[in-house]
Amino acid sequence: MSGNHILIRTTALARNYEMGTETVHALRGVDLEIRRGEYVAIMGPSGSGKSTLMNLVGCLDTPSAGQYWLNGVEVSQMSDDELARIRNKEIGFVFQTFNLLPRATALHNVELPLIYGGLKAKDRRDRASAALDAVGLADRVLHKPAELSGGQRQRVAIARALVTDPSILLADEPTGNLDSTTSEDIMKVFADLNERRSQTIVMVTHEHDIAAHARRVVTLHDGVISSDRAQAA
Amino acid sequence: MSILEAVRIALGMIRAQKLKSFFSLIGAFIGVTFLIGVVTIVNGMDSYMKNDFAGKLFGVNTFTVRYRPFVQMGDVSQEQRREWRRRPRLYVADFLAVRDALDSRFLVTVESTNTVEAVVGARRSRSIEARGVSEDYFRIRRIDIAQGRVFSPQEVQHGANVVVIGSEVAERFFEGLDPVGRSIRVADFPYRIVGVAESVGRVFGISLDRFVIAPYTSQIKRAVNPHLVVDGIIVRAQDIPSMREGQTQVEALMRSRRHLRPNQANNFHFETADDVLSFWSNISRILYTALPAIVGISLVVGGIVIMNIMLMAVAERTREIGIRKALGARRRDIRRQFLVETATLSTVGAGAGIVTGILLANLVDALTPLPATVSLGSIILAVLLGVGVGVISGVYPASRAARLDPIAALRYE
Repeated sequence: MSGNHILIRTTALARNYEMGTETVHALRGVDLEIRRGEYVAIMGPSGSGKSTLMNLVGCLDTPSAGQYWLNGVEVSQMSDDELARIRNKEIGFVFQTFNLLPRATALHNVELPLIYGGLKAKDRRDRASAALDAVGLADRVLHKPAELSGGQRQRVAIARALVTDPSILLADEPTGNLDSTTSEDIMKVFADLNERRSQTIVMVTHEHDIAAHARRVVTLHDGVISSDRAQAA
Repeated sequence: MSILEAVRIALGMIRAQKLKSFFSLIGAFIGVTFLIGVVTIVNGMDSYMKNDFAGKLFGVNTFTVRYRPFVQMGDVSQEQRREWRRRPRLYVADFLAVRDALDSRFLVTVESTNTVEAVVGARRSRSIEARGVSEDYFRIRRIDIAQGRVFSPQEVQHGANVVVIGSEVAERFFEGLDPVGRSIRVADFPYRIVGVAESVGRVFGISLDRFVIAPYTSQIKRAVNPHLVVDGIIVRAQDIPSMREGQTQVEALMRSRRHLRPNQANNFHFETADDVLSFWSNISRILYTALPAIVGISLVVGGIVIMNIMLMAVAERTREIGIRKALGARRRDIRRQFLVETATLSTVGAGAGIVTGILLANLVDALTPLPATVSLGSIILAVLLGVGVGVISGVYPASRAARLDPIAALRYE
């Protein structure tokens, strides 16, 4: 596939929430194209709709209006279970609060998406170990989240996001719970993934110095895109 | 996600949350314990009644003629009671006529009983069962003699004041001595002891060895019945067909002795072990009907407990469900995870219930005369019910979990 293959395309994407009698327009028509291999930061003040956009792009939610094509497939009208399959195959999530299962080992946490992908136990273990190895945690495989530092936990989460070899790495404030040194570490991991493996990354953040690591910054205001500019690495 | 994977998750969860798991499996546990315990006890009573009770008290291939039922079973109408009171009693002459009418395949005896006082020296007891019988009584009732002998037909003919005593009577009055040849006063008359019976044992904890048996012609007749009246005529046949035949013969004889017309009902009563057994089968039928209801209630309660605890678990693990959904778990994966969890919990509960139920049954076996053996059927039934209830009560919590919105679930604190 060529480098300019369009991975994400939204047209007039809108999302309304019913809050009692009032309707909140969280997204008011977003047209966005993201190509394979891009590293995009989505910025904006709170309430600008960036989390809503993130949920839609991540197939956790369906739009009220507009279309969303992921990898050439329209996902905006899919059922719950179809979306689950898309999340499993196409998307790797990295959350602000890591969202690891506290009782499971690092290895088991990384194995989770493969379990739902229907892989055999041995394949799962091999791929999960390899993914942990890739983020530098080969010696922490059997540790539980509580026995790991914040940075290590986020690395486990990154390993989990990448273990299925997804089209998009979707990160929601990935450094929000980390100190600045650790944040830099994680940003290095992201940059590395983007440069060496051409991993498409979409990252939601409100911190400018974190967004500065991306090659393109999309800014949202009141549910619409207010600016969309490329920047040097 | 495979079932095996779900079971592994479930077992991990049970290990991690021991107390909560304990409470959720207690429902299945109690239901299963109860079912196995009660079924075993009722089964035990059943075989006890059939093998022990009826055999010991009534004897096999044996029927007894009485003027009215000795044991009244079930509801008896006022009218029926009045009719019984009007009936003529049985007399020694009836016994002699029956004995003469039946051929050598039958053993016939008479029996009259009463509770009397017995005295030996300074020792006395008020609750001794005195029986006035004829010589064949011992063979009919299969009473074996431990010491001495039974009394002879001649002694019966002459009304000799001789007795065979039960083993408990022997122990009570003659501890450490040989009672044979000694004297015992029964209802104010002295008797010579000619034999001591082997111990028969107990039925429902009541000793069957507190008796003295004397010829019905001896002075015992004054203690047990009005003059020439007898309680029952006992006939023992070789087998069931000849027993039926004998019963028909005796019925015809008694009817003719009492000048009953063909349209008149018998004014005497036949008692067989079947009567007691049919009474018991009525009781056990009631028990077997009530049993499912009782077990059902305990299982429903258990199911509600499981459902509540699983709803709690779903609420507590909302975030985990959100994570799993974000990573690609479909509704059915989540549903299966929780269903397998309740099924695993209730299987463990049912397993513990089986062990406890068997222990309970063994305890009953050891502490009571009831023979309690656990049947495989009751175990299988119990497990099916226990696990079934677990799964059914898991359905609602599991589908709640499966329907959770992943975004809301991920945001859940």
